[in-house]
Amino acid sequence: MTILDLNAKHIADLSAKRPVRLSVENLNVGFERNGSLRPVVKNVSFDLEAGQCVAIVGESGSGKSVTARTLVGLTGANAVVDAGSIRLGDDDLTALSSKRWRSIRGRRIGFILQDALVSLDPLRPVGKEIEEALALHGWGNRASRKRKVLDLLASVGVPSPRNRARQRPDELSGGLRQRALIASALALDPEIVIADEPTTALDVTVQAQVLLLLEEMKQRGVSIILISHDLSVVAHLADQILVMSGGEVVEQGTAHQILTDPQHPYTRSLINAVPSRKTRGSRLAPAPAAAPVHTAAHANDEHASFDGPVLEASGLVKHFTAPDGSRTTAVDDVSFTLGRGETLGIVGESGSGKSTTARIALALEEADAGTVRLLGQDWSAVPETRRRRLRKQISVVYQDPLSSFDPRWNTERILLDSLPAGAFTTAASKRERVLALLAQVGLPDTVLHRFPLQLSGGQRQRVAIARALAPSPSIVVLDEAVSALDVSIQAQILDLLVDLQKQFGLSYLFISHDLGVISHLSDRVLVMKDGAVVESGTADQVFTAPAHPYTQELLGALPSLDEHRAVSLWPGAASVHSATEGSTP
Amino acid sequence: MTDLRQQAVATAPVRRHVSAGFVASAITLGLFVVAAVAPNALTPHDPFAMDFTQALQSPSLVHWFGTDESGRDLFSRVIYGTRESLAIGAGAAGLAILVALVLGSVAALAGRIPAGIVNRVIEVLFAFPTLLLALLLVSILGSSPLTLVIAVGLGSAPGYARMVRGQVLSSKNSGYVEAARALGHSRSTILRQHILPNALRPLIAIFTMGVGQSIVWASGMAFIGLGVAPPSPEWGALLDAGRAYITQASWLTVLPGFVIVVLALAATTLGKHIQSFLEKGEKA
Amino acid sequence: MTHTLSAKHTDAPPATRRRLTVSPRARSIVEKLVGAGIVLWGAATAAFLAQVALPGDRATTILNVRSGQTQLRTPEELAPINAEYGLQDPVLVQYLDYLGGLLRGDLGISYQQHRPVWGIISEQVGATLALTAVTLVLAWVIMVFWVTLTAGRGPRIRAFGSGVDTVTAGLPPYWLGILLLLVFALGLGWFPVIGGTGVNGIVLPALTLAIPLAGFMGQATRTEFERSLDAPFVLTARMRGMGDVGIRLRHVLRHAVLPAVTLSGWAIGATISGAVIVESLFTRPGIGSVLITAVDSQDLPVVTGVVVLVAATYVVANLLVDLAYTLIDPRMKNS
Repeated sequence: MTILDLNAKHIADLSAKRPVRLSVENLNVGFERNGSLRPVVKNVSFDLEAGQCVAIVGESGSGKSVTARTLVGLTGANAVVDAGSIRLGDDDLTALSSKRWRSIRGRRIGFILQDALVSLDPLRPVGKEIEEALALHGWGNRASRKRKVLDLLASVGVPSPRNRARQRPDELSGGLRQRALIASALALDPEIVIADEPTTALDVTVQAQVLLLLEEMKQRGVSIILISHDLSVVAHLADQILVMSGGEVVEQGTAHQILTDPQHPYTRSLINAVPSRKTRGSRLAPAPAAAPVHTAAHANDEHASFDGPVLEASGLVKHFTAPDGSRTTAVDDVSFTLGRGETLGIVGESGSGKSTTARIALALEEADAGTVRLLGQDWSAVPETRRRRLRKQISVVYQDPLSSFDPRWNTERILLDSLPAGAFTTAASKRERVLALLAQVGLPDTVLHRFPLQLSGGQRQRVAIARALAPSPSIVVLDEAVSALDVSIQAQILDLLVDLQKQFGLSYLFISHDLGVISHLSDRVLVMKDGAVVESGTADQVFTAPAHPYTQELLGALPSLDEHRAVSLWPGAASVHSATEGSTP
Repeated sequence: MTDLRQQAVATAPVRRHVSAGFVASAITLGLFVVAAVAPNALTPHDPFAMDFTQALQSPSLVHWFGTDESGRDLFSRVIYGTRESLAIGAGAAGLAILVALVLGSVAALAGRIPAGIVNRVIEVLFAFPTLLLALLLVSILGSSPLTLVIAVGLGSAPGYARMVRGQVLSSKNSGYVEAARALGHSRSTILRQHILPNALRPLIAIFTMGVGQSIVWASGMAFIGLGVAPPSPEWGALLDAGRAYITQASWLTVLPGFVIVVLALAATTLGKHIQSFLEKGEKA
Repeated sequence: MTHTLSAKHTDAPPATRRRLTVSPRARSIVEKLVGAGIVLWGAATAAFLAQVALPGDRATTILNVRSGQTQLRTPEELAPINAEYGLQDPVLVQYLDYLGGLLRGDLGISYQQHRPVWGIISEQVGATLALTAVTLVLAWVIMVFWVTLTAGRGPRIRAFGSGVDTVTAGLPPYWLGILLLLVFALGLGWFPVIGGTGVNGIVLPALTLAIPLAGFMGQATRTEFERSLDAPFVLTARMRGMGDVGIRLRHVLRHAVLPAVTLSGWAIGATISGAVIVESLFTRPGIGSVLITAVDSQDLPVVTGVVVLVAATYVVANLLVDLAYTLIDPRMKNS
């Protein structure tokens, strides 16, 4: 059973000339608040043809998701929608009753959200969710719906659908539940599917499978509107791309034109901001207005006098015991060294043990076996009181800076608190140091009296970096430190990290799930899977000539801007994976 | 997802009534405090003057809350009862929070074994409903205003102890505590700078709500004859005294009860506002 | 989280240790039962300590409670009492006797009525349990109806709905009871003023207890209801063409009731003790009058007997609540 059978009528569409399925003209959306209207989408127009894919790309707050939701009449409360026209086939969507909308949603326009773990009802079996879509539109009877659910699951590549239909999202692997979500959107054979960040929360290998499935859908004649923050994700699928920023479409054109010959500076900066192996050594963000500040000494005698690997981990093992008594091995015999001024990237998918490894390196987690040495001295094997003296040599930046700041403290207090004890004695010298730190991370003095909640995401991460620099460490552990940021902000932070490393001779232990970021920054790389290191070597080795099949799989699954219009992401991918992938334990 | 969140913020209901509720509850509580401190400033009549010719008068312009069986002005008695009622409420809430603080902090911060024991103690005490625990204590200590404070305070402590434990635990497991550990701060510094301040702040809100709740419990005990006894003008005692006349003179129970409800509601509202203000942090 | 402030890790067993293979489900059931047993034992211990803590000579107190007088007693008078209650034994022996008695269903002998506490309580407990059951059902019906109707609507309805929750949750039962009594029994005459054991007699007392409980549970349910309404899976359901009523009833409600289910175990205990006030107000039979008399006369075996029974009810109710929870939310609870 394939999508082919289910979408026979779309194939007929394909063979004819492509009719326009959806036409949007001058769409404006605003939100009313306190009597004033805040526009969030301005003058968006596009046509979607049968079997085509229109991608809307933008960073958070660009209005791309609001645009998508407006197309199914779910913009939200207090929204004011003003459109020249929105036509679905011959129907005008600008003035529909809520009852008419309901008959369109699911039946004529399917919608896929990110992360099926939360986008399908977590308390119900996935089969029930798909069945519900059928029942809502009066499709068939109970028995025929049950059969149809199994057909649908099979058609999106879910093996043994009879068993899977009875499982809840949390009992299925990430790939399978995303497929189930897609099956529920395809249940009534809609002409259009809107996919809003359909792969964002997924591991890169699962993302590749989902993209392949969307590609297959498109080839069967389904029209797709793909919403994403990631140009490389849409590159393979899109025929037309709209680049949105601040509610406006800054550039619109064929995918080929946008990706190869972008006209608007924003589009160009967006493309340049994507880190990859090829961007190593070059800047990702446009140069900052002010030149980088070179301030005085990173006073660190211990570091200066030490000669050798700054961090050495050998044979690290860590088990966790779940509340139900079951045990998992989070880290399994991991060893590495980190040289002075070097960046060691640890890459792996979720659950690979990379973050636990980082926590053991920071001695925030005790390993069950193995040792860590810091600047040649015992680190993991000594009591915390003896470690404290060395703590200033290794600091950390987390993915979510907000939760790592005490909400009662403003930036000044956070930074003052992070100064090493005894190093600065007078209030004036402390203040001077804090201001220097701010300058080093490119923040104005005005943020001193702001609280974490009042800072933007990028500013917060800069404060987190300033805090990490405050003790003049030898090593900074960056645990998914840029993963939550928009790509343009991520580019600025990555540039900053490169500058700081040069300036202070820092060593980075860089943890990320993002191969692009890792390959942009790392000198050497560890690839982790299920707690173990499957491959290690220089970045060039690992990324150009991966030896381990898993590394090859990861790299193969990585979407990139260069290989625009690749025929397939990796040969035989979907079939191999859907066969091997079972339910999670 | 970010878009979704921003949208949610954008579409969140306008909350202009918030400050109105805050102001109203603060003013109401302020009036009660005035009544407790200087009752004579607010009373039109002598709360203790009996006048049997005026017995059981229904509420009127002269006697706003009517009069009781001895002809005493009920409004004046309610005002004069405020001090004792409020003292019982605040005392019980303060005691409850003190006990909760000790139990909750030990349960969250002590070593595995003492924490485990205290945790069990909290769970055992939580199995006793507040009123029942209070009645048990009254039956041991006998009934007096002081035992009422102890009974209601200890009776409501287990619930608060759970809250404190939760607060301390979430602060202890927070990202900022881990960040402070990574900076090399000592245990006691982290406790002093981060865990206690963050865990204790919500207690202001809990205390405010607790005062209202404690008055409700204490007056409930008086209502069944096990709290402060008549002829005290304490609110529970007024209820107890008024029960006998419930069919002829319902105002004797309804109006003091109403005053208790107003106070409890004002305390809850104020507490909730403090809580949501603290949760929003210094967002301004 | 597994990390604690102390650097030591005691919960991670050494890699070599062999573990008995028990299914997680069986393990969690055993843990729950052990926890329930500990709470019961703790409650019994607290009840015993309360009896020992009674100030003054206990035998004297017992005689005084029994005769309703307060006077000094001679050793001759005290001797039979000391023998009957075993008051001369070491405290530990008394404690073990008490625990042993509890295991046999013996809650002790009333000081005042000089007969087994269990007999006194069992005569009255049926009416109180009936009131508790009706209260709980009423509270759930009112709460689910009100929250489903008002949660997540426009800002005005929302504020009104949650305002009603807050006000009702704070209503003292005696006051609400008086109002209901005045309006529906004395004013309209729909219900008897003195609540008998009949169906009609239970309505007002049950409402008196159910309305504040509904408000209390409603606050927790409303928060979860509105959170779920914003959840992505609800958006997905809308995207497949589901209407608002369907979303509320078929998706959101199931998530929203979970905190109220958790509260229900506690609510049963609270309702039984709240029944004391309501039974007194409506002059209903039940353990309320037993308890009030006992507290007033310091008849501690009766008071502790009620306390132990309520604790036992709480424990059983909580086990049922856990069961209900896993039926509604079959995901593994990682608390």
